[in-house]
Amino acid sequence: MFRRNSIALAVLALSAAPAYSATPTNATDLNQIRQEIDALRQGYEARIRELEARLQKVQGTAEQASQSAQASAEKVAAAAATPATPASANAFNPEISLILSGTYANLSRDPASWQMSNFVPSGDETGPGKKGFSLGETELGLRANIDPYFYGQATLALSADNEVGVEEAFVQTRALPAGTQLKAGRFFSGIGYLNGQHAHTWDFVDAPLAYQAFLGGQYGQDGLQFRWLAPSSTYIEFGGELGAGENFPGAERKQNGAGSTSLFAKLGGDVGDSHSWQLGAGWLRAAPRERSYDSSDLTGTEVSNSFSGRSQLWVLDGVWKWAPAGNAERMNLKLQGEYFRRRETGELAYDTANQNLSDAYRSAQSGWYAQSVFQFMPRWRVGLRYDQLDSGTVDYASNNAFLANSDYKPKRTSTMLDWSPTEFSRIRLQYALDKSREGVKDDQFFLQYQMSLGAHGAHSY
Amino acid sequence: MKRLKLLALVAGLLAANLAHASLKVVACEPEWGALVQELAGPRTSLYTATTALQDVHHIQARPSLIAAVRTADLLVCTGAELETGWLPVLQRQSGNAAVQVGQPGYFEAASAVRMLEVPTKADRADGDVHAAGNPHIQTDPRNIARVATALSQRLSQLDPAGSPDYARRLADFSARWQAAIQRWEAAAAPLRGLPIVVQHKAFPYLQDWLGLREVATLEPKPGIEPGSGHLATLLERQQQNPARMVLRAAYNDGRAAEWFASRAKIPVVVLPFTVGGNERAKDLFSLFDETLAQLLKAAR
Repeated sequence: MFRRNSIALAVLALSAAPAYSATPTNATDLNQIRQEIDALRQGYEARIRELEARLQKVQGTAEQASQSAQASAEKVAAAAATPATPASANAFNPEISLILSGTYANLSRDPASWQMSNFVPSGDETGPGKKGFSLGETELGLRANIDPYFYGQATLALSADNEVGVEEAFVQTRALPAGTQLKAGRFFSGIGYLNGQHAHTWDFVDAPLAYQAFLGGQYGQDGLQFRWLAPSSTYIEFGGELGAGENFPGAERKQNGAGSTSLFAKLGGDVGDSHSWQLGAGWLRAAPRERSYDSSDLTGTEVSNSFSGRSQLWVLDGVWKWAPAGNAERMNLKLQGEYFRRRETGELAYDTANQNLSDAYRSAQSGWYAQSVFQFMPRWRVGLRYDQLDSGTVDYASNNAFLANSDYKPKRTSTMLDWSPTEFSRIRLQYALDKSREGVKDDQFFLQYQMSLGAHGAHSY
Repeated sequence: MKRLKLLALVAGLLAANLAHASLKVVACEPEWGALVQELAGPRTSLYTATTALQDVHHIQARPSLIAAVRTADLLVCTGAELETGWLPVLQRQSGNAAVQVGQPGYFEAASAVRMLEVPTKADRADGDVHAAGNPHIQTDPRNIARVATALSQRLSQLDPAGSPDYARRLADFSARWQAAIQRWEAAAAPLRGLPIVVQHKAFPYLQDWLGLREVATLEPKPGIEPGSGHLATLLERQQQNPARMVLRAAYNDGRAAEWFASRAKIPVVVLPFTVGGNERAKDLFSLFDETLAQLLKAAR
C-alpha cells in the first residue's frame, strides 16, 4: 500500500514538475523535457496498473482465505484506498456558469406607453420589454469558496444594449457559529419569495406586477445581510439587512448610514414525502430623497415630480409544492402567492421643472399575485398567474389641485407552457392579457428560450 | 453556597448531557443512512434526506432539508457530483460550519472507492455526465465495505468517546458483510456474462461485480429521456444482439422500460437500487438479497 501511494506521489510530483522547473532556453528543450516526462509518467502509470492488478489478485485470495471477523475488518481497511486524483491549478478556478436567453414578443400595444395606472413608475426594468426579437440578459456567474471562512459569488448581467451590470457580487461567511451568517456586497434582498431568485429560474417571462410596482422588478441591496437559522426540525429563519437604499423604492442619497433597512422571517417544512411548504414575512424601509418621476397632471401636461420621505413595504409570501413521493421528475405542482402593502409619507414636489410646489404626501397601496405551475409529464409544464394591484389611497394635500388618482386596479392574467429538454435548457410560450393601463387591453405573446451552460448551479427552494 | 451548588449541578448535568449527546447524522441517500445504522446504531440520531423513490440527481433544496443540515454533526453523502444540484444550497443556507466541504463533518463515500466510467472529456453534449465518474457506487457490496471502513474512522474522529464501540461494530459488520458477499457471489454465478439493457447508467458497479454485460441503455445519453426513435433502433439491435432483461431503478419512470421489454419479450427487473426501493429491501443485507433474487428470477 505504501509503495503504491509513494509511486502515485512521484507521478504527481512529476506532472507538476514542468510548472516549477527552471525556464528552459528554447522551445525544443521544453518539448524534449515534456516528452521525457510523458514517457516517465506512462512508465509509472503502467507499473501502477500492474501493481493494482496484483493487489486485487492478492486481495481476492485473501478474501477466500479469511474466516475470522478480525481478518475481514483488516482486509476491508486495506481495500479502502483513496485513489489519487490528478491535481491542477485549474481545479481552483471558480465555478462558472452562463445563462443565455432571448425572447420574441408580440405586443398589441406600444410598450413605450406601458405603465401601472395610479402607481409611481419604479424604474427601467419594468414593463413587457421590446416588440419583436430581443436578446435577454446574458448572465455570467462566478462562484467559489474563497477560503475556509468565506464564500464568494458574482453575477454579471450583460444587457442587449452592450452594458454590463453587476446583478450580485457578495461574500458570505462559512464558519460563523450557531447557525448565523453574514453577507456583504450586492445581493438580492431576502424579503419575499421570488426576490431572491434569479430571473432565469422564474416560471414566467416577466416578474409579477406587484414586484414591478413595489420593488422595481427585483430588490437588490448594497450592504450587509445577517441571517440566523433556528436549530429546530422546522425551518425557522430570521434575517435583517442594512443597505444603501438607492434602488426603488429608495433613491440616490449622499449620506452616511443606511438608506434602507429590512427584516424578514421564514418558516417551512414538509408534510409527508409528497408535500413541502414555506411561508415568509418581510418588511422593508427606505428613505428616498428627491425620488423623481414623470407623470401627467390633471390638465394632461407632462410634469416631473419628486418625493422625499419614508417608504415602508410589508410582504407576505407562501409557496406549496407537491410531487408524488417527493419525486418531481414525472409530475409536480407548485402554488405560490405574495401580498405587498406599501405606505409612503413625506413631501411631494409637483412640477419640479417649473412651479415646484411642495406639500405633504401620503399613500397606502397594495398588490398581490397568485400562480400555479403544473408539470403534467416529464419535461412539460403549464402555468397560470393572476396579478392585481390596488391603487388604495393617495393624498397629495394641496397638490390635489394638480394630481389625482382613480380607483382603477391594474391587473393581468398570464398563462404559459414550457418545455425543458434537460435541466439546462427551457423553451417557453406565454400569453398575457395585460390591463395595467387604465382602459387599455394589451395582448402579449412571448416565445422565450433560457439555457445555462457551465457549472451546474444549484437552485434554492 | 446553595446557588453555587445548584450551578455546579446544572453544569454537571449539562456536561453529562453533552458527553452522551448522540452524533447527529444526515445521510444524503438511504444506503448511507442504513450503513450509519450498522456502524453507529444508537450512538447517532439519523436523518435520511432522500428516499429510494426519488431521483437523487434532482432533489429540491427544501426548507426541511436545510433545517436538518443546520443541526447536523456529520453529512454522509455519495459525492462525485451526484448531489451537486441541491447539496451546496443546503450547506450554504444551513449556516452550519461543521458540515462544509473540507470539514470532518462532511463525508463523501465516493472518495473511498475506485470510480468507474470516469469520462475522458466532460461535455454536456454527452448528457448528464459526472466528471468524477459514475456516482452510483452503492450497487457493488465491495464498495459498501470500503465506505464502511472510512466512515467508521470518521465517526471515531468526530466522536472519540465512541471509538471502541465503532471499531467493534465495524468488525462485526465487516464479518457479516464479507460472509454475505461470498454467499451472494456464489449465488450469482449464473449471472456472469449475462447480456442486459439498462434504463440509466445506474449499474456499472453492479455489472462490474457480477460480470453482467451491458449491451444498451434506454436513455440515449445519461439523463436524457428515452425517445421513440432511439428505442426503435435498440429493438432492431436486440434482434442481432439479444439482451436477456431490462434493468431499471425503482425511482425511474417505468414506461420506456415496459415499452421496450414488451416488444423485445424480455422481463423488466425493477431493482430496489437502494434501501427502501421496495418493501423487501429493508436494510443493506436485504437490499442485495433482493437485488440478486430479482436478477436470478429474471435470468431463469
